[in-house]
Amino acid sequence: MDGDINATAPGTTPPDSDPARKRRVHGMLKLYYGLNEEGKTVDQAESMDPCDINGPHFDPEVYLNKLRRECSLGELMDQESCMVKQIRSLDSDMQTLVYENYNKFISATDTIRKMKNDFKKMEDEMDCLSTNMASITDFSARISGTLQDQHAQITKLSGVHTLLRKLQFLFELPARLNKCLELQAYAQAVSSHRRARCVLQQYSHMPSFRGIQDDCHAIMDKLAQELRQKFRDGGSSAKDLSECVELLLQLDEPAEELCDKFLSHAQSRLEADLLGLEAELRPPLSSGPTAVTDPYTGPARRLSVEPTAGSPTGPSSLKNPFLSPSSRTDILEFIDRGCNEFVSSLCLVIASYQELFVNRPQEGEMASKNIPQMAIGKLHAFVDALATRYFSLVERRIQEEKSVGDNSLLVRALDRFHRRLQAVAKLLPGSAVPSQGTEIVVRAARERIKQYLAALQSFYLNSLTDVRQALAAPRLGGSSAGGGSHLGGPATGKDAPASLPELLSTLSASILNQIKSVLASVHLFTAKDITFSNKPYFKGEFCSHGVRESLVVNFIKFVCQSSRQFCESAGDRGGSTPPALLLLLSRLCLDYETSTITYILTLTDEQFLVQHHSPVTAVTALCGEAREAAQRLLNHYVKVQGLIISQMLRKSVETRDWVNTIEPRNVRAVMKRVVEDTTSIDVQVGLLYEEGVRKAHSSDSSKRTFSVYSSSRQQTRYAPSYTPSAPMDTNLLSNIHKLFSERVEIFSPVEFNKVSVLTGIIKISLKTFLECVRLRTFGRYGLQQIQVDCHYLQMYLWRFVSDENLVHFLLDEIVGSTAHRCLDPAPMEQSVIEVICERG
Amino acid sequence: MEDDAPVIYGLEFQARALTSQTAESDAIRFLVGTQSLKFDNQIHIIDFDDENNIISKSVLQHQAGEIWHISASPADKAVLATCYNKTSESRVVTCGAVWRMPPEWESGSHESPDDPHNSHNPQNLELLCHLDNSSHGNASCVLWEPMGDGKHVISLADNHALLWDLTESSTQATISSSATLEGKGQLKFTAGKWSPHHNCTQLATANDTAIRGWDLRTMSQIYCIENAHGQLVRDLDFNPNKQYYLASCGDDCKVKFWDVRNINEPVKNLEEHSHWVWSVRYNHSHDQLVLTGSSDSRVILSNMVSISSEPFGHLVDDDDLSDGEDNHQDEKTKEPLQDSIISTYEEHEDSVYAVEWSSADPWLFASLSYDGRLVINRVPRALKYHILL
Repeated sequence: MDGDINATAPGTTPPDSDPARKRRVHGMLKLYYGLNEEGKTVDQAESMDPCDINGPHFDPEVYLNKLRRECSLGELMDQESCMVKQIRSLDSDMQTLVYENYNKFISATDTIRKMKNDFKKMEDEMDCLSTNMASITDFSARISGTLQDQHAQITKLSGVHTLLRKLQFLFELPARLNKCLELQAYAQAVSSHRRARCVLQQYSHMPSFRGIQDDCHAIMDKLAQELRQKFRDGGSSAKDLSECVELLLQLDEPAEELCDKFLSHAQSRLEADLLGLEAELRPPLSSGPTAVTDPYTGPARRLSVEPTAGSPTGPSSLKNPFLSPSSRTDILEFIDRGCNEFVSSLCLVIASYQELFVNRPQEGEMASKNIPQMAIGKLHAFVDALATRYFSLVERRIQEEKSVGDNSLLVRALDRFHRRLQAVAKLLPGSAVPSQGTEIVVRAARERIKQYLAALQSFYLNSLTDVRQALAAPRLGGSSAGGGSHLGGPATGKDAPASLPELLSTLSASILNQIKSVLASVHLFTAKDITFSNKPYFKGEFCSHGVRESLVVNFIKFVCQSSRQFCESAGDRGGSTPPALLLLLSRLCLDYETSTITYILTLTDEQFLVQHHSPVTAVTALCGEAREAAQRLLNHYVKVQGLIISQMLRKSVETRDWVNTIEPRNVRAVMKRVVEDTTSIDVQVGLLYEEGVRKAHSSDSSKRTFSVYSSSRQQTRYAPSYTPSAPMDTNLLSNIHKLFSERVEIFSPVEFNKVSVLTGIIKISLKTFLECVRLRTFGRYGLQQIQVDCHYLQMYLWRFVSDENLVHFLLDEIVGSTAHRCLDPAPMEQSVIEVICERG
Repeated sequence: MEDDAPVIYGLEFQARALTSQTAESDAIRFLVGTQSLKFDNQIHIIDFDDENNIISKSVLQHQAGEIWHISASPADKAVLATCYNKTSESRVVTCGAVWRMPPEWESGSHESPDDPHNSHNPQNLELLCHLDNSSHGNASCVLWEPMGDGKHVISLADNHALLWDLTESSTQATISSSATLEGKGQLKFTAGKWSPHHNCTQLATANDTAIRGWDLRTMSQIYCIENAHGQLVRDLDFNPNKQYYLASCGDDCKVKFWDVRNINEPVKNLEEHSHWVWSVRYNHSHDQLVLTGSSDSRVILSNMVSISSEPFGHLVDDDDLSDGEDNHQDEKTKEPLQDSIISTYEEHEDSVYAVEWSSADPWLFASLSYDGRLVINRVPRALKYHILL
């Protein structure tokens, strides 16, 4: 049936099952009684439809009209029968409900009747209760009346009781304090005493209290004594110590004294650290420093074992005082140890000290004493004194750091040293310690630069020795003088022959490398991760004055200076320096002038970002110095080589009997030797120096033109002296000739080229020849021999010099002087001379 | 005030030997010996008239041979000694001899400078005695005893130093003692100087690169400066006022000053010449003035104040000096102790082998080059007044 309703009324929710139906029934009932809760919204939605049979606005007329309008007859019939069925069921439901309600109403009536009986009984009991309460009140009033007096008495008694308790505390105080003392509960003792102190003070005029007070004082003195003892012993931890100080301060102990004691205690510990450090230093020589270090060396020896034994580095440092210096700890370890032991304990001391004395809240009378200022002053003095000693130790250690091998170790050590001092600076602003530390670092850096300079210098000298050996080696072996040689230096060690240019480039490259590596080492001082690199010194003065001036510029100056010394020392003793070395150094200095100095200085300036606040040595000045050194070396080279050839010529002239010599058949061997030597010098110089310029006409100087020139000159030149005319003519001619020729400077400075060098050497040699000839007397054949010799020299020497006329002039002068010194001046035929010379 | 120009005198022959007439203290007079193998050699007596700037000369014939060294007696103006080459049959020997100038040269043969070559019939030197050393080899120089009576001479012959006594008006010479330098090789004295100090008992000689001192009483060596110069030592001179000071020069172009009490290092080095230095002479009165001659054809006058005997720092009042010498005055008032080159004289065109101060005028000196040119110069006046005032 339900389904039919649903079919006929699509607006209603279709109840499929029984519980759903029941709920719907209940719902409708609820609706009826106005109890609807849940279906409210639904109802409202439905309520507007007048055709909803369950809705409140149901209009039968409309519904009927609608049905009639929409449905067929069959459907209307079905609808009618369905409606009848529904009405019937609704009627039965209503009957059931009414019945139920009736039953409930009857039972409620019964209940009410029963309640009416119970209330009556309760009313009786309440009456009884009120009467009882009245009697109780009566009783209680009577009791309180009787107890009134006793209550006042009890209150008084309890007051007395508390007073007695306090008195008992006072009387027991000495005993209690003693007990605390025994148990070492110092804090409790002090607080107890503080509590009683005022009272005792107040009633001290009474003898009994006086006694207690005295007892207490005695005990507290003892306690203070013990605290002080504990304080002095110093075995306790920092926390204990600070507690001690706290208590002592509370006991009105003078703060100044406490400061002193605290510091002296700390000092003893720090000194142990210092002594440990000192033990690591080399024990000072007995004859060395006396007055200053003596007070320390004694305990240092005695204590050196004690403090180090407990330290982490125990086993190694135990042996330290007896170890040889070579196996001692390196500087980084030393600084590390200094930092870890001394500096950190110092920081700890400073921190706890400040906590105890400086930063504590000031109350009462303490404020007036101005403790912090006093305490800070003491602290500064204390720290300064200890730091000074520490610094002196560090400096001694740094000074021992002589080897320049690894700079990074030193820099790292200094960095650590400096970094750890920053902690002190933070703890103790205004202290001079960090700036002193910086000064030490600065001094160490300066010292380091000096050491590097010395190292560079000795390196340079060693390389020179190597070069010297390399130059000497082939000479001993008797090989040619062309300059083939070995590089004897340890760096190469191979037996490959090295020529002068190779030696030069090796030398110059190794020096440059050394400079670069030194610069790199020094550069560590200014690395970004080094704390002290941003100090003004390391930014400015270190770079410009330290590295640039003291190191680089000084080294270059040293090179020039040592080169000059070669000229001076060798001057007297004659050839102690091999001439090839002079030549090589001269070229080296010249190279420095042209490029190397500029390169090195630019490199330095770039690496160190040198900002020149103060005037520095200019590149041009250094270059000038290098050029001067090169010039002097080359001059000296010319002098030495000229001297060697001069000596040969001089000996050959001096040792011969020129009056009784035989007719010349050959060029003398010494002349061939002179030409040979000159040629080998030419080769040697040519290896290092450029050719240079000759006078223009030398190019077409062949042997033929030369000989014509020579013979013609000789004809005109010597003719008068052979004829027995007036002697004046000779002088006149020679003087006229000299009038028009330039004065020949013999030992004059030479230019940096081969031709100029050779010209210098030949000039010196020929001038010697001339002077020697003038000291001798010649026979006819003596003159002829000289003629032959000079012709031979003329044939070969012109090609070496810049101006061949110079050679001609000097040789003419030689032959002329010989003719003057000749007893029987009969010159040889030019053709014969040429034949002899051709023959060799 | 302008310094006087140098006075130049030309000889016809080449010449090496020059000396001042030591005994003459009034006239400025130099003696020059010539070297010629073909003609008779001469001794030129050159008088210089300082006031008129005129040279007058006399020529004496020295026929024995070419003159290598000449020295004048300190006692007798007319006596001199020479070392000369004697060539005979392809043999050259150097001898020493003492000569007397003929008495009439002074009065008779004065010539005007306009007529220098009118040396007709030059007079001959009168031979007093030979310093006969045929057994001792070639003489290199003859030294008179300084400030002596002209009775003692020393001649250096090869490796011997011979002390001669001249007797019977210097006509007789006998060897009173001799010293011989022993050693390997052919040793030969190249120069020598008789010290005027220590009662003239010391002699300094040079051979090769060494300088030796001798005690004449025992004829033994008292000191030896080995390697005094890098090369040959050419000349020596004693400081006339400081007894231990000695100047030397040589082929290393240097002039060195020695304190013979400390022979390891020279007191001072001068390196101004560009070729061998052949002659060095202290001024007789003002020993800071040192004259050197060299084969670079230059003569250099140096002011070696720092090692001179004169007290330092004259209190010169600047106003006393006249205006014309400002350039000199500046450097001297500034640096009173500075050793300096006073002047370089470039009048010569050939090697200068001899320089000599005048014995009469301490501000005047002569230099002689090989081509026979004699140049007489004066110390710059500014310096002269600076020293004197």
